[in-house]
Amino acid sequence: MATTIAKPARIFGSAIRRREDPRLLTGTAKYTADITLPGQLHAAILRSPHGHARIRKIDTSAAKAAPGVVAAFTGADTEGVLQSIPCAWLVPNSDLKVSPYPAMAKSVVRYVGDAVAVVVAESAQQAYDAVDLVDVDYEPLPVTIDPEKAVKPGAPQLHMEAPNNIAFKWTVAGGDVEAAFKNAEVVVRDRIVQQRLIPTAMETRGALAHYIPATGELTLWNTTQNPHIVRFIMSLVSGIPEDRLRVIAPEVGGGFGSKIAQIQGDFITVFCSMKLGRPVKWIESRSENYQSTTHGRDHVQDVELAATKDGRILGLRCTVWAGMGAYLSTAAPGIPTILHGLMLSGPYKIPAVKEDVYGVYTNTTPVEAYRGAGRPEATFMLERIIDRLAGEIGIDPVEVRRRNLIPPFDNGFDVITGLKYDSGNYQGALDKALGHAGYEKLREEQAAARKKGRYLGIGVSVYVEICGLGPSQVAGAVGFQGGLWESAIIRFHPSGKAQVFIGASPHGQGEETTFAQIVADELGVSVNDVKVVHGDTDITPMGWGTYGSRTTAVSGAALAMATRKIKEKAKLLTSHLLEAAVEDIDFANGKFFVRGFPDRHKTIQDIALMANVAWNMPQGMEPGLEATTFYDPPNFVFPFGAHLAVVEVDPETGHVELKRYVAVDDCGPQINPMIVEGQVHGGVVQGIGQALWEQAVYNDNGQLLTGSLADYAIPRADVLPDIEVLHTVTPSPHHPLGVKGIGEAGTIASTCTVYNAVLDALEPFKVQSILMPLTPERVWQAIAGQKGA
Amino acid sequence: MKLSVSITVNGRAYDREIEPRLLLVHFLRDSLALTGTKIGCDTSQCGACVVLLDGVAVKSCTCLAAQADGSQVTTIEGVAPDGQLNAIQEAFWTKHGLQCGFCTPGMIFATQALLSGNSNPSPEQIRHALEGNLCRCTGYQNIVRSVQAAAAAGGR
Repeated sequence: MATTIAKPARIFGSAIRRREDPRLLTGTAKYTADITLPGQLHAAILRSPHGHARIRKIDTSAAKAAPGVVAAFTGADTEGVLQSIPCAWLVPNSDLKVSPYPAMAKSVVRYVGDAVAVVVAESAQQAYDAVDLVDVDYEPLPVTIDPEKAVKPGAPQLHMEAPNNIAFKWTVAGGDVEAAFKNAEVVVRDRIVQQRLIPTAMETRGALAHYIPATGELTLWNTTQNPHIVRFIMSLVSGIPEDRLRVIAPEVGGGFGSKIAQIQGDFITVFCSMKLGRPVKWIESRSENYQSTTHGRDHVQDVELAATKDGRILGLRCTVWAGMGAYLSTAAPGIPTILHGLMLSGPYKIPAVKEDVYGVYTNTTPVEAYRGAGRPEATFMLERIIDRLAGEIGIDPVEVRRRNLIPPFDNGFDVITGLKYDSGNYQGALDKALGHAGYEKLREEQAAARKKGRYLGIGVSVYVEICGLGPSQVAGAVGFQGGLWESAIIRFHPSGKAQVFIGASPHGQGEETTFAQIVADELGVSVNDVKVVHGDTDITPMGWGTYGSRTTAVSGAALAMATRKIKEKAKLLTSHLLEAAVEDIDFANGKFFVRGFPDRHKTIQDIALMANVAWNMPQGMEPGLEATTFYDPPNFVFPFGAHLAVVEVDPETGHVELKRYVAVDDCGPQINPMIVEGQVHGGVVQGIGQALWEQAVYNDNGQLLTGSLADYAIPRADVLPDIEVLHTVTPSPHHPLGVKGIGEAGTIASTCTVYNAVLDALEPFKVQSILMPLTPERVWQAIAGQKGA
Repeated sequence: MKLSVSITVNGRAYDREIEPRLLLVHFLRDSLALTGTKIGCDTSQCGACVVLLDGVAVKSCTCLAAQADGSQVTTIEGVAPDGQLNAIQEAFWTKHGLQCGFCTPGMIFATQALLSGNSNPSPEQIRHALEGNLCRCTGYQNIVRSVQAAAAAGGR
């Protein structure tokens, strides 16, 4: 009988439990609000109740006299101390108008929630009591909240620098779009509104600042996705030199883009500590979070598609009005332009595209990245208009997609917007989704159900996303005011245990586990012997942060390269210790050995010890076993997939029941499939939230009507089916591990998938378009409107 | 005006002078420095602050500390004081029922409340029982699996 030797399971690709979880499960993890310093004060911020108003006078005397109050400040106090909050994505060729964004309003407030004053007291309760005593005399001004209306003549003006409220106009074009429309046999048009959303990370934003006047040093605990960017921007605004500024992102309770930007409260907290020389903490309430932390989406899109009668797409043309809110947030201008316009052709061969994007100031909370950031808005537009085309020409929407998909490629494909996709097999993902769902059978069920007066709908979408942001040279070329590389340090201790230090800043995505898996896989150590450290600018090397599905793609690549440097040094030291030629040293399963003589070996732990004690080093070799890598990717990565949803609409009530959801995603090889699946679940559900329930609503006066979790409907457990998660695996040709990103994929695909399913269900009623979210009332009204027509 | 209260938290009695308006969640977090209990909203929607009050799962933001006078409170810090996770915590770990972890303490107590009355709930029953606990990361699917696994392991 042959003896079978069990091959050790590869740790890369294993669904191991997360290393970060025990502290989270036991309540021992410390988020910003959980940290208390001796002598700490609490700040409460007074926020504008008006969408637009001139400040005539502010009187803080009653607040200052209230029990426990230490100080109260207004915008005037920040003069000469705090600079304006910078915008960090200055999109070129867009006539960008960056209007001053003060940390506290000085003469005019421009949205409900704009910071007006701050009260600092011994306790949070005292601060909140006293902030109500600040007396502000406002002169209300006219308000504009809709990005399309705000550019029209006669609309109220927010900033004198930006006539007609236009912050920028940007155009992307490729191919001959005029000819495409001239030659078209079919043109379909649609107006799509990507409603404004509120990210709603479960932990609100907050900051704890401790400034020491004697040394001029500041430590800032901050709920952020990018502590190194915080340090950079905070230094620019506060004047505290970067070397004296330490930013710590402790445990961070979700971000979804809402913890990228530096917001007013962060600067105000730092300002208070600078003025008072004591630690000052500010933690948003949820209502404050909804007004003052950034929002997402807010596009009005006019889109038209030129095609042949047999469904071949000839061209796509669109105009977008993108609401920016009252000020340009950190990355805001890049979202409806670079991250949106460049992805217009999606996974399809589209020979001509043109898009004009207007970035528009409105009297609303500033808009920023929200999970997907520009790409959901592009995917929705394309996937919706393709369904409209399919309806127009009477061909199955899946077949129309098939006729236009880019064929499989594994090493680069140039698209019309100028990007080079890295690898893709869109047809493969679509086939897998359709096969798993049983598409043909679903269509039969749909037909049978309709005969019984039941309205099933099937929605499909195919997506490709740009992520792993990105090469720094490209970042510079598109106006991003920073780099987009990452760095990693691996440090082996004498006992053979390793620590990894990364500049990126995970906040729920599980990289303390997946990055330990990378090291374990490359160097043969136990995953339990690798600790991943992040989120402290005094300890970790520079990095640009966790957003844009870039941490595994870029920071993970830096780490993989660092492991290879460790391997090279370990080989050299092994060859010295074993008196063998370095060319003869092989490495497998954590052991460096002389080729052909596996017993003559040193383990990585042996090498860690010998390198740290340094008793017997080769000539010229430095002690220690440590490697640092700076990794700037040669291109973005382009994950993709195909999703399918089945819904049933009750025409009597307009209620939408989501019956099935199938997600096929391709993020390349998976380091930890359990974590990948969790990212898909969460992403898909956030996108479903946009399709069915979520919307930030302002009234005409600029009041945020959905100002709390009582009014803004994020998905709950009882309104969702299980997501059926599948994958294909297409490695990125340029990434050292072949991996792409998965954080945003679900959100990018699911909104349009569900929307298409609902509209497919309503096909018998000839409903073509309903504003999101697809609440029962809106669905019912749409059906009733068609019945009456 | 101050009130005297005696509240037993995680088995230890605390006698404190408190403001009458003080919420139980602030008493736990600010007076006792038990910060494992989270605050995710100000309208009692999110469930991040759920604790056990005399064995019943309550949102500690809907309860005045004064109302807890004489009561027994269990917070997340009291569940595994020696680091030995209970069956529910183990199940959340094994089934990846958490990502950022902010909603997790509340989810664990909501699970405990469910399982104490129904040792073998269906997925629908689990989803219904958790509708008052919001999570923005997981899409709830792995939380449902966690609760099922906890039930199978006899957790309650």
